[in-house]
Amino acid sequence: MGIFDRFKRKKKIQEEKPASLEAQTDKLDDGLISIDEFEEWEQDQLSYKFEQGLKKSRDKFQQDINALMSRYRTVDEDFFEALEEVLISADVGFNTVMELTEELRKEAQLKNITETSELRETIVEKMVEIYERNGDASDEMTINEDGLTVVLMVGVNGVGKTTSIGKLAHKYTQEGKKVMLAAGDTFRAGAINQLQVWGDRVGVDVIKQAEGSDPAAVMYDAVNAAKKRGADILFCDTAGRLQNKGNLMNELSKIKKVIQKVVPEAPHEVLLVLDATTGQNALSQAKAFKEVTDVSGIILSKLDGTAKGGIVLAIKNELGIPVKFVGLGEQLDDLQPFDAENYVYGLFADMIQESDTLEEKLEEDKDDK
Amino acid sequence: MAFEGLGERLQSTMDRIKGKGKVTESDVKLMMREVRLALLEADVNFKVVKQFVNDVKERALGSDVMTSLTPGQQVIKIVQEELTSLMGGENQKINLSQKPPTVIMMVGLQGAGKTTTAGKLALHLRKKHNKRPLLVAGDIYRPAAIDQLETVGKQIDVPVFSLGDQVKPEEIATKALEHAKEEHLDTVIIDTAGRLHIDEALMNELKNVKDIADPDEIMLVVDSMTGQDAVNVAESFNELLNITGVTLTKLDGDTRGGAALSIRSVTQKPIKFIGVSEKMDGLEAFHPERMASRILGMGDVLSIIEKAQDNVNEDEQKALEKKLKDSSFTLDDFLSQMDQVKTMGPLDDLLKMMPGANKIKGLDKMQFSGKEIDHVQAIIRSMTLDEREHPEKLNASRKKRIAKGSGRSLQEINRLLKQFNDMKKMMKQMTSGKKKGKNPFGGMGLPF
Ligand SMILES: Nc1nc2c(ncn2[C@@H]2O[C@H](COP(=O)(O)OP(=O)(O)OP(=O)(O)O)[C@@H](O)[C@H]2O)c(=O)[nH]1
Ligand SMILES: Nc1nc2c(ncn2[C@@H]2O[C@H](COP(=O)(O)OP(=O)(O)O)[C@@H](O)[C@H]2O)c(=O)[nH]1
Ligand SMILES: [Mg+2]
Ligand SMILES: [Mg+2]
Repeated sequence: MGIFDRFKRKKKIQEEKPASLEAQTDKLDDGLISIDEFEEWEQDQLSYKFEQGLKKSRDKFQQDINALMSRYRTVDEDFFEALEEVLISADVGFNTVMELTEELRKEAQLKNITETSELRETIVEKMVEIYERNGDASDEMTINEDGLTVVLMVGVNGVGKTTSIGKLAHKYTQEGKKVMLAAGDTFRAGAINQLQVWGDRVGVDVIKQAEGSDPAAVMYDAVNAAKKRGADILFCDTAGRLQNKGNLMNELSKIKKVIQKVVPEAPHEVLLVLDATTGQNALSQAKAFKEVTDVSGIILSKLDGTAKGGIVLAIKNELGIPVKFVGLGEQLDDLQPFDAENYVYGLFADMIQESDTLEEKLEEDKDDK
Repeated sequence: MAFEGLGERLQSTMDRIKGKGKVTESDVKLMMREVRLALLEADVNFKVVKQFVNDVKERALGSDVMTSLTPGQQVIKIVQEELTSLMGGENQKINLSQKPPTVIMMVGLQGAGKTTTAGKLALHLRKKHNKRPLLVAGDIYRPAAIDQLETVGKQIDVPVFSLGDQVKPEEIATKALEHAKEEHLDTVIIDTAGRLHIDEALMNELKNVKDIADPDEIMLVVDSMTGQDAVNVAESFNELLNITGVTLTKLDGDTRGGAALSIRSVTQKPIKFIGVSEKMDGLEAFHPERMASRILGMGDVLSIIEKAQDNVNEDEQKALEKKLKDSSFTLDDFLSQMDQVKTMGPLDDLLKMMPGANKIKGLDKMQFSGKEIDHVQAIIRSMTLDEREHPEKLNASRKKRIAKGSGRSLQEINRLLKQFNDMKKMMKQMTSGKKKGKNPFGGMGLPF
């Protein structure tokens, strides 16, 4: 039913997908597929890399949850405690895990579910629901179609702000936009040059001043220059800062104000970059950055590792901030739009498959008798 | 900090027990649930938590927790002791080779803080160990990584060896060692590119560099905000490279830092340093017992005191510590503290490290600029010595006099008195119970 069925359908489509990209292109060249099929194909292309990136973390998660199901056959306190642990090991926020297991407990009681296998579908459903529950903030980038769009990039140290700007600049340049970059990290050694390298790679202008200069002044210059040169999108890099540092956080609001002096409705988008490896502290980061800069979206970086970044479920649930992109590597094209369904589906895909084969097996067993 | 500490967590269980006047085995079980949750919230890996809680529970059941009048404190004492010993008990120093050069290799995930820590270590070794370090630019992948290290080198006046980004790290390491020999530099610190522990090609590259450079110290640098994945990262790097030490970075943030425990449990390797600032002097020795109280959400009082110590003469410091302990801290002490604070750097950073500091309303909004301190000092200076010791004597007319004398408003005076009061309350809280136990942390910051 519902979400679970949608997952299954997706899985089917996926299975029908030819193995190699060339094969798919051949299929396209035949001219035999319908528009619908084409769109489906296009969608699969998009989610392909994303799925690949998630696969590793997914595998681990699957193992855990399958092990869980086989170890605990009956729904009791031990089972819920173990389930909590599985979710916590994916860095899903602590309160969210509690919320989820609490609801599952109720559901189990209500429907008189005693076998863990019967609870499996509900777990998936609830996780998607928790992500989608709090507000319907758009997971698309806000682009000002007639005029300059200013995007401010914020986050703690080393999460991937500058790299993500490089990737975004590449994406929008490819889509035909005129992109410019502002080197607002005047603090960290070599940060300006790092952004310049990305600018060169993508072939866009970088507005910069000397290391150590006032970042607000850089932004002021950059927004003016972007306006004058008729840029479509300006990506503003900022220095990493820990969210508990009052003075550095104030600097951010100053930067925002300065940008607004030139373009009153800017920044059109404030993207908080979170490292998927980060644990519970990401929630504190999201809270603090939201307070000073009114964060409109999250980029979840480094999902190509084994970390799962499950904390984004908690962040969406508690603060209503949606994830807009995920980072899957260090190259220009290692950025993908975030899709909640794909994400949760990705986490649970193998588990669903497992349950299918299990059901089939059970059917067979029955037939044998 | 965002989450409750173990002290607060145990409070409700304690309230329940109080009514009964007797501790049962199931009470202990309930307390263990709180211990478990506190550690999970601190990002300690769940498997590590499980093992840990089992150990603690056994100890708790076999000890005097159940007959104690303060079972909550007993549990905390046990938890803290176990945590401390798990994390190595004592601080461990960096490996230095008897015959030069000492080779140190920095490894870790992307963005962990390797380059920054390399610089910090170079400065530390030169200052505290009289070494002549060489920084080696071994990150040929990340844009401007070499540039970053060169800037760092300039900042601390340490030479940087680089062959650009077209030469393999293995060769860079070889040449760097030769260079160090020629230049009589006795410590070689090799920066490497950040990499995922599952990236086989790049992990092999590290292994090759290790084989060539034969480092005395392979320092795994880990971001203290790391969540459950810390065990996978630490395990992989350790398995391949047999690391010799760990540095935890960004502990100037508000993370509990449970990763410390996770890393230690899976590698058994000592955490040697912590990074506490973006600046080059932001490197400190790792102290297991302090980390233990931080993970448990009980603040890091000793670090605050140590930070102060760097700037304050020792006798004064002893006196201050005593005053903090018996809460005889007066406005006059506050006044002389301010002078020292002025030389110490941002006070709000310091205050935020204190347990319970997050509960003082408005502290986060308070700005401790030099000017503010001047104003506060002016106010206190306009008080008589007796008033400084007994601020409760300050009635309306006395306050008016002080306002005139200091040129500050009545509101400012009231605000200062209120804040001072809050601060004293907090200090009382964080040091209460201290006289009772032998354990320096017994009952610290606990409301019971
Ligand atoms: N606040 C704070 N920031 C730190 C600390 N250590 C490092 N940083 C910051 O974290 C960010 C990443 O540090 P780097 O030293 O560049 O990390 P790295 O591991 O060399 O990164 P890559 O080479 O990109 O993999 C920078 O912005 C540093 O300034 C610390 O202890 N505290
Ligand atoms: N594996 C991986 N590494 C990333 C990703 N995004 C950024 N990085 C790396 O993380 C490190 C820090 O990134 P940087 O953009 O400098 O972070 P900033 O300090 O927030 O600007 C660099 O080494 C990047 O190459 C990602 O999605 N995956
Ligand atoms: Mg940057
Ligand atoms: Mg580096």
